[in-house]
Amino acid sequence: MTINWAQFSPLPAFYGGLLIGLAAAAFILLHGRIMGVSSILGGLIGSAKGDRGWRLSFLAGLIATPLLAKLIGFLPSVRIEQSTLGLVFAGLLVGFGTSLGNGCTSGHGVCGIARLSPRSIIATLTFISFGMLTVWLMQRFQAGAL
Amino acid sequence: MIRRISEFFIGLIFGFGLLVSGMTDPGKVIGFLDVAGSWDPSLAFVMGGAVLLSFFAFRISRNWAASLMGRVIMLSDLKMIDLKLILGSALFGIGWGFSGFCPGPAIVSLATGEIKTFIFVIAMIAGMGLEKTYQRFHQA
Repeated sequence: MTINWAQFSPLPAFYGGLLIGLAAAAFILLHGRIMGVSSILGGLIGSAKGDRGWRLSFLAGLIATPLLAKLIGFLPSVRIEQSTLGLVFAGLLVGFGTSLGNGCTSGHGVCGIARLSPRSIIATLTFISFGMLTVWLMQRFQAGAL
Repeated sequence: MIRRISEFFIGLIFGFGLLVSGMTDPGKVIGFLDVAGSWDPSLAFVMGGAVLLSFFAFRISRNWAASLMGRVIMLSDLKMIDLKLILGSALFGIGWGFSGFCPGPAIVSLATGEIKTFIFVIAMIAGMGLEKTYQRFHQA
């Protein structure tokens, strides 16, 4: 293992993390809900009419973010190296997996860990390990694109 | 109405957090997952900052009867660590490593104008739909 010092950015990462934590804190304190994106999005599928509004407003905030960021001249990089077919495959896995495991990086990785939920701690260790394993295999076989 | 506005702004704060932290850049995410290669540990600091703040919020609200806006506090009461949890998280991890996208950052990236994020998000919603359909038939 070597550390990639050129890309290492602990301060923006930490500040961004504080904003994410602030949002999660506001969501539970003000609205009594867990800020887990996969559950909020997935819950729209087959949801009752009265259960949609809060999900849609939160998701609208997420979608509006880059538009607002552009207005204030903040344009972060989005480097997508995966092929279209690879993204379809990955998207299906992410959707199916987060639905089956009841959570993703925000629900299990942030809120669940902050609640010290053993279920979420196990889930987070599992998806980080499998993510690392997948990247290792991709680098090893140079199979970065399908 | 005030609730909808509040939820929207919380979405914005979360979205900015993801943008500032680097989570919306698949290249950055893959750098974090590449422990065996040239490792960029930055994203561990994202989780650190996020957990630090939300930990206190969950502590404070633990014994509340309702939220500040008078809503029922809805926490998951699932406790079991079963195959569904492990298998689901493993599949998610494979897709995350393969693309560098997890659900939140993928949705935030939609409006950056990169067409590939649309493809990912549509496939992700289809994956969620497939799982829910599978569960329904499984239970029936």
